[in-house]
Amino acid sequence: MAPLLEVRDLRVEFPTRRGILTALDGVSFSIAPGEVLGVVGESGAGKSMTGAAIIGLLEPPGRIAGGQILLNGKRIDNLRYDQMRRIRGREIGAIFQDPLTTLNPLYTVGEQLVETIRTHLGLDGAEARKRAIGWLEMVGIPAAAQRVDSYPHEFSGGMRQRVVIALALCAEPKLIVADEPTTALDVSIQAQVIALLKGLARDKGTSMMLVTHDMGVIAETADRVAVMYAGRIAEIGPVREVVKHPKHPYSAGLMASIPPLDRKVEHLAQIDGAMPRLSAIPRGCAFNPRCPEVFARCLVERPALLATGATEAACWLYDAASEKHAPEAMRHG
Amino acid sequence: MAETPILEVEDLARYFDVSRPWLQRVLAGEGKRILRAVDGISFAIPRGTTLSLVGESGCGKSTVARLVVGLYPPSRGHVRFEGMELERARAIAEQRRRMQMIFQDPYASLNPRWRVKDIVAEPIRAFGMTPSAAAQQAKVAELLTQVGLSPLDGEKFPHEFSGGQRQRISIARALSSNPDFLVCDEPTSALDVSVQAQILNLMKDLQARLGLTYLFISHNLAVVRQVSDRIGVMYLGRLVELAPAETLFTTPRHPYTRALMEAIPDLEMTGRQRIPVGGEVPSPISPPSGCPFHPRCPLANDRCKAERPGLIPARATEQSLTACHAVEEGRDGGLPAAQRIGTTATAL
Ligand SMILES: Nc1ncnc2c1ncn2[C@@H]1O[C@H](COP(=O)(O)OP(=O)(O)OP(=O)(O)O)[C@@H](O)[C@H]1O
Ligand SMILES: Nc1ncnc2c1ncn2[C@@H]1O[C@H](COP(=O)(O)OP(=O)(O)OP(=O)(O)O)[C@@H](O)[C@H]1O
Ligand code: SF4
Ligand code: SF4
Ligand SMILES: [Mg+2]
Ligand SMILES: [Mg+2]
Repeated sequence: MAPLLEVRDLRVEFPTRRGILTALDGVSFSIAPGEVLGVVGESGAGKSMTGAAIIGLLEPPGRIAGGQILLNGKRIDNLRYDQMRRIRGREIGAIFQDPLTTLNPLYTVGEQLVETIRTHLGLDGAEARKRAIGWLEMVGIPAAAQRVDSYPHEFSGGMRQRVVIALALCAEPKLIVADEPTTALDVSIQAQVIALLKGLARDKGTSMMLVTHDMGVIAETADRVAVMYAGRIAEIGPVREVVKHPKHPYSAGLMASIPPLDRKVEHLAQIDGAMPRLSAIPRGCAFNPRCPEVFARCLVERPALLATGATEAACWLYDAASEKHAPEAMRHG
Repeated sequence: MAETPILEVEDLARYFDVSRPWLQRVLAGEGKRILRAVDGISFAIPRGTTLSLVGESGCGKSTVARLVVGLYPPSRGHVRFEGMELERARAIAEQRRRMQMIFQDPYASLNPRWRVKDIVAEPIRAFGMTPSAAAQQAKVAELLTQVGLSPLDGEKFPHEFSGGQRQRISIARALSSNPDFLVCDEPTSALDVSVQAQILNLMKDLQARLGLTYLFISHNLAVVRQVSDRIGVMYLGRLVELAPAETLFTTPRHPYTRALMEAIPDLEMTGRQRIPVGGEVPSPISPPSGCPFHPRCPLANDRCKAERPGLIPARATEQSLTACHAVEEGRDGGLPAAQRIGTTATAL
């Protein structure tokens, strides 16, 4: 099937006083209609930036410095602001990481939903208000009819997050870019929201880019998953493969750091060291200062995505020409 | 046991008036709407231990957090910090220094016009803690490194950081005044699991070395299990279960706690359907009569609809306090084994 969204070799830069920072470099992936692509990775790796580039809301001075973004085969990375604004909301719905930045504190939750519904679906006020209440019920806001006239600050963190989700869904977009949509939700409401999103993908063919740190949500919702590290994709493949049998040493370290639910441990596993700053990305593989498998080639050459089994990993261990190969364990999981 | 707990909360309540404006109300002929965000809860946290609060979104956890650090005055009840009424304690700068909070919403709590180093150093300055600028700078550098950022990041402004990086800035700030008591409202929700582990290890280490006390709030039950000594389960502004952490996970007693455990996502990808807690989420504006969980509870009977259960030691697991008539009467089907958690959620 032709992909709904295609991101090709995307590069995002931030000009600063101290030189140009490259926040995203050579990011490529696609999402088919009805498919959910999960995006995980180190905090600061560029997940939100990728989402912002797709919906045309990179914060200046950030800019797309290379590559293309295509929606339904048409480029959207070079559209004017007003053209992009029409696509946003109607064709691409965005759920931002920080609910407060999406919600206007001066308007009630209902006014904001009604406004979006009227703009994009052309319904009249009374009908739009009915829909707005319906959406609040669907995302699990209790007594929605009574609370629709509340202001955002009168809602709890998780309730605000659900309002943001309702806002992104209410214009029935084809693609949803969801950045950490469930972090403030308890497991029960989370299950309800996930079921809602999965239902949209299944029944209406809605595609989704789902950024989250919650591996449980990924395991349950995503079809494929991309692991990002320092502005690049480290590994991408079917969700089960990547979560259960990660190939890239960073993915492996990440999966090993998931806190166990069935017992208490003294010291939680973590990947030692920190992600490099954008201004000091090491030569060769960006993960090399922290990688337990590092070898000579990693220090000089930057790996591109290499096919390995069902997934692709940006790691020299999977290149037959390298002097070192993946240990058995890593190749087969 | 003689030692005074660092924090004591007694019959604490906080109501919000969420009525519509007076004129609209009169025209529509409706009364005032009072929202009971927190409705009479009591607990104590002994020094050097961690109490976690879990529960449905909107059940009042952040409101408790704000009450115990004095950001909201209570509508009823008491908060005592080392035996002293909170209001008196907050009047003393040294006591204010000793209690800090990490907010649920990291961005909203960082001043966008300040450089990160000034944000982190603000408590150090406010409480006059380090004499020299150099010592202050060194402290800020140490804090940023501890949370996995670089000392060079201090020069930047909050908007130049990702969500998880901002969350770490607010953690560094909260730690900068060397607090003894830290309220952490979803402190790691924006962090990847490796950085999350780093922060949780840091918090545990500070607790072991310096005896910090935490009130910890999180929706991630795996994280809660790793950090807690005791766990309070909240429902609609009340505590429905308060138990030692391991007891709560191995033998959850209250029907709501048991339902919550059923709803944990399945990492093993066994295809198991998560079971969301059934029924309508009730509204804190018009809470159900009797036990607030009764419209959703499989064990509810007439007594549950009429009589509000008190928080008392549970039959058979007396370390657990539960507010449930069925548990008290012994008609909760005995001790539930937390089979699912015990067997399927092993590490990958
Ligand atoms: N306005 C800006 N100026 C300079 N650098 C920026 C700016 N905004 C973001 N960055 C940097 O770009 C990188 C990518 O940020 P992004 O928000 O995409 O991370 P993320 O993967 O979403 O992380 P998180 O999981 O913490 O939300 C980060 O290292 C961040 O510091
Ligand atoms: N300032 C306020 N005015 C009116 N209502 C409020 C206010 N603050 C909180 N509430 C209400 O009080 C209830 C409890 O909110 P609180 O923020 O404590 O929930 P929470 O348990 O922290 O939820 P979450 O997990 O979603 O963060 C909610 O119904 C919320 O709408
Ligand atoms: S390329 Fe080398 S340093 Fe990079 S992840 Fe692979 S083995 Fe490690
Ligand atoms: S008191 Fe009754 S309704 Fe409430 S939790 Fe117990 S059995 Fe259920
Ligand atoms: Mg982000
Ligand atoms: Mg909260």
